[in-house]
Amino acid sequence: MSDADDVIDRELTMSRAMVESIAHEMRENEEVFYMGEDVADYGGIFDSTQGLLEEFGRDRIMDVPISETAYLGAAVGAAQEGMRPIAELMFVDFFGVAMDQIYNQLAKNTYMSGGNVNVPLVLTAAVGGTYNDAAQHSQTLYGTFAHIPGLKIVVPSTAYDAKGLMHNAIRDDDPVMYLFHKRLMGIGWMPAPDGPKTPVPETDYTIPFGSADVKREGADVTIVTLGLHVHRALAAAESLAEDGIDAEVVDLRTLVPLDTETIVESVRKTGRLVVVDEDYRSFGVTGEIIASVADRDLDALDAVDRVAVPDVPIPYARPMENEVIPDATDIEASVREVTSGE
Amino acid sequence: MRELYADMVTARHYEERLQEEYLEGKQPAFDISAGPIPGELHLAAGQEAAAVGVCHHLRADDTVTAPHRPHHVAIAKGVDLKRMTAEIFGRKTGLGKGKGGHMHLFDPDVNFACSGIIAEGCPPAAGAALAAKKRNEDTVAVAFLGEGAIDQGAFLESLNFASVHDLPVVFVVEDNDWAISMPKGRVTDVENGSDRAAGFDMPGFRVDHDDAVAVYEAAGEAIGRARDQNGPTLLEVQVHRRMGHFMGDPQTYRSDDDEEAALARDSIDRLESTLRDHGLGDDDLAAIRDDAEERVEEAIAWAKDQPQPDPEDAYDDMFVNPPSGVTTEEPDFDLAGGDGR
Repeated sequence: MSDADDVIDRELTMSRAMVESIAHEMRENEEVFYMGEDVADYGGIFDSTQGLLEEFGRDRIMDVPISETAYLGAAVGAAQEGMRPIAELMFVDFFGVAMDQIYNQLAKNTYMSGGNVNVPLVLTAAVGGTYNDAAQHSQTLYGTFAHIPGLKIVVPSTAYDAKGLMHNAIRDDDPVMYLFHKRLMGIGWMPAPDGPKTPVPETDYTIPFGSADVKREGADVTIVTLGLHVHRALAAAESLAEDGIDAEVVDLRTLVPLDTETIVESVRKTGRLVVVDEDYRSFGVTGEIIASVADRDLDALDAVDRVAVPDVPIPYARPMENEVIPDATDIEASVREVTSGE
Repeated sequence: MRELYADMVTARHYEERLQEEYLEGKQPAFDISAGPIPGELHLAAGQEAAAVGVCHHLRADDTVTAPHRPHHVAIAKGVDLKRMTAEIFGRKTGLGKGKGGHMHLFDPDVNFACSGIIAEGCPPAAGAALAAKKRNEDTVAVAFLGEGAIDQGAFLESLNFASVHDLPVVFVVEDNDWAISMPKGRVTDVENGSDRAAGFDMPGFRVDHDDAVAVYEAAGEAIGRARDQNGPTLLEVQVHRRMGHFMGDPQTYRSDDDEEAALARDSIDRLESTLRDHGLGDDDLAAIRDDAEERVEEAIAWAKDQPQPDPEDAYDDMFVNPPSGVTTEEPDFDLAGGDGR
């Protein structure tokens, strides 16, 4: 046991943790710069670059024209020259206007060049709903990007993870998409749930990709999830515990690479699997996780279910948005369903 | 001028020889899956003047992006001809180990890259120029594109991005009159693509005939401007498409007159007569052509002798770092509240 002096009790919001790691990497390496819309004076609409302009100036915290194809593509070009750009897509929903640069250039140039060219670019984007921004500003699109070979996909759920994963992302020589959930950032005008604000070491540290984190241990059922829904799953688990149902919550942290090992290990222990995410239900993350467990150990699966956005665009009005985005009650109901058969 | 000529005849001979190789097994009935060269093939015979006129101002550390019709640009930029040819033949020792093919040639030794998607090479070229500016280096970037690409958002966004950031980049439009079957006049009311530069507060020039020397002079100004950190330029060059859009293109949309006119206006003939005016004789020109042909034959013979990739090679080169990123170890901190991370 370490003594009390070594306990880290400094707490940060997820956005402060992200910014701290970016600032650290920018101090260490002059080739790192950040480019995006409203990232300089504004500090990022979702606080992703707050305070960085003052320290690093406009050449390294670059505001750009509203030309996602041009600046994401320029980031690809600069990365291929050996720089380490971080480029921000303000809302992941905006990917449509620049998709070619993401899936045909960023994701494929390493492979098509036989590994002779690499693209050390971190593409950050805000994801997620729960604040009534409707169908074009509320998606997560996890599955869309994870589907395309060549991109590493990071989805942090806490400040501690956000910092370690960002350090690993910036130092990685491959393209990384770093998808941060707006609701977790700790923005003044969009209060975060309890949970994402955690103790964060002041030192730099890296969290490897492909290492899912068991956020709560349990014996009866495995809940696999990511992003905001880690916290909703934890809330559901607390409530279920009152009825003697002991849920394990696995936070994927990265979709590519996917830590199938940790998931399968947990399912072997519990026999039951509920996959929860904030992406569309069909052809997406939930189906993929279930299929990967079935591939590895079908016999371990006694019961399975998934909780995701039913296949409709995210609606605007509160009653409808609340209906389609899974909440703790939905997760609880699913868990009760899969644990009811004993 | 001799060097321009040497690269032009190399590129021309290269395309003519690739056409022969490509059509092997594809005649009389055209079957795209038959023969020694896989896939589509877009040849650039008739467009050499633009590539050599521009690239002869460039150094190995300057960056070039080329579109789906890239061979002449690659040759002018000094891409390794043997490994490029091996890539086109889909061989294991090709530039991309057989994973890219003729539209996706990457040679980092001379900073050459391609994209098969229309106009999408423009943003990465602007990005290479951005890197040069940030590093305070005097390297420049050049994006090649066809006239069919000038209506694409990626091109127009890149002009604005390059202009507002004063980037050392030159956009070179090769106007061969045809976007597959679409003549320029039917898709844009702007006769000269270079006029679009004005909308971005950027100089725009057009070289109205594919004279390699005239291109060389105009490109010298544009690239000099970039290298002196005076910002981007748009340069359009009239070239000619001597062959179909891709091999196997029946060109039924094209009149005989148009095709004959393209064949008659040969930039290589034009440069030859200029060289003769400067005192070169038949023997001199023949010697240059012989060298070029020998180089091409050598590259093709070498490429055809290279091994095919193994099927399982398909699983390599997804990432240059292991999937875990830079570490496989998770640190162990003692966080307040236990494992509340």
